Amino acid sequence: MTTDALPTGLAALVRRAAHPGAQDCSCGVTDTVLADRDDGTVVRHGDTVAKAHAPGTDPEELAVRVSVAAALPDVLLPPLSSASARVHDRTVTLWPYGTPVDPETPEAAPWEAVGALLARLHRAAAPAGLPPMRGPAKAARAVARLGAAGPHPAAAPVLRAWAALPGWARAEAPMPDTTTLCHGDLHLGQLVRRPEPAGPWLLIDVDDLGVGVPAWDLARPAAWYACGLLPPDEWHRFLAAYRRHGGPAVPADGDPWPALDVAARALTVQTAALAIAKSMAAGQPLDEVQQAVIDACDRMGTVPPELARGFAS
Amino acid sequence: MQCPKCHAPMHTYNRNGVQIEQCSGCRGIFLDYGELEALTRVEAQWSQPAPPPAAPQAYPSAPAPAWGAPQHGGHGGHYGGHHRHKSFGHMLFSS
Repeated sequence: MTTDALPTGLAALVRRAAHPGAQDCSCGVTDTVLADRDDGTVVRHGDTVAKAHAPGTDPEELAVRVSVAAALPDVLLPPLSSASARVHDRTVTLWPYGTPVDPETPEAAPWEAVGALLARLHRAAAPAGLPPMRGPAKAARAVARLGAAGPHPAAAPVLRAWAALPGWARAEAPMPDTTTLCHGDLHLGQLVRRPEPAGPWLLIDVDDLGVGVPAWDLARPAAWYACGLLPPDEWHRFLAAYRRHGGPAVPADGDPWPALDVAARALTVQTAALAIAKSMAAGQPLDEVQQAVIDACDRMGTVPPELARGFAS
Repeated sequence: MQCPKCHAPMHTYNRNGVQIEQCSGCRGIFLDYGELEALTRVEAQWSQPAPPPAAPQAYPSAPAPAWGAPQHGGHGGHYGGHHRHKSFGHMLFSS
């Protein structure tokens, strides 16, 4: 398979899905490749999007994850079909197009909506057979990538912070929560609104969705805030909205950090590991933002992780 | 130190100035001599009315982890701010 064959195959599929029954597409809309990465390729045609999931994706596990999106249309963008297709040996699913947060204006991020959506997701019932959320597995993969990238002076504090985490956060033991529905990979690229321009915000990307520790879904914003990157008012808007909607990952009031600490450390380590691996691959020095995340890993060595359950009120 | 019950390693925490050992396995807690009394004292102080705040703060003091960036409690968001760093903008949108 050449690198271009998959987007081409996806484009043919998405055009057929956008114009059911038609022999040819004559609508004049051009196909857009929205993403083409190792973990997924996404092609848009008009109002329809086809996603080729990562190589090796288990079609049955994916089907359960997609069924969650179909069952929670107020929280997750629902699929166009519960069926999946095969294109160049990849499992492909079809979705309506939604408008993402503009990466050029992240300060316009809808933090209240993110908090409310996560609270609703965490309170929803997970269907039988839903696999574990894959956040810790992704963190472990990032650390493995750092290890494979070769020696780097900034790697030691990151690996030390990783080693201090409990086994569940490193995907070496089952998570202490096996019932709460979690997204597993929350960031600002996982939000779309539909219809444009003022439709409700929804979460996308069910590839890492599953049962697990809900604090993981709060941990990326928590890590950005802890590293001094996310301004306090944005963090508080997000956390307050999550609490207002009854999110179960943190106590309803008081200090949220005993509940967030382990997951926020893990996401900080994951971000630092990927930053170092990518800077080595690109032959670029680390910038001050990446250095801030590595510095946080270094400070973790002086304070052991909090064990949430004993102290969460 | 190992947990006397399940033998998993125990980690030390500081709660209101009191050192506490908690087991990473069964989450049981070990208190040294006098620590229970110290905790009871802290609890009694907690239930008394709080003294008036010393001075108004520019930002409400926001809880942050001990490993957090040193600028917490001050202006915060050193790299966030009004002109958000391009690298952080990218970080917000990637796995």
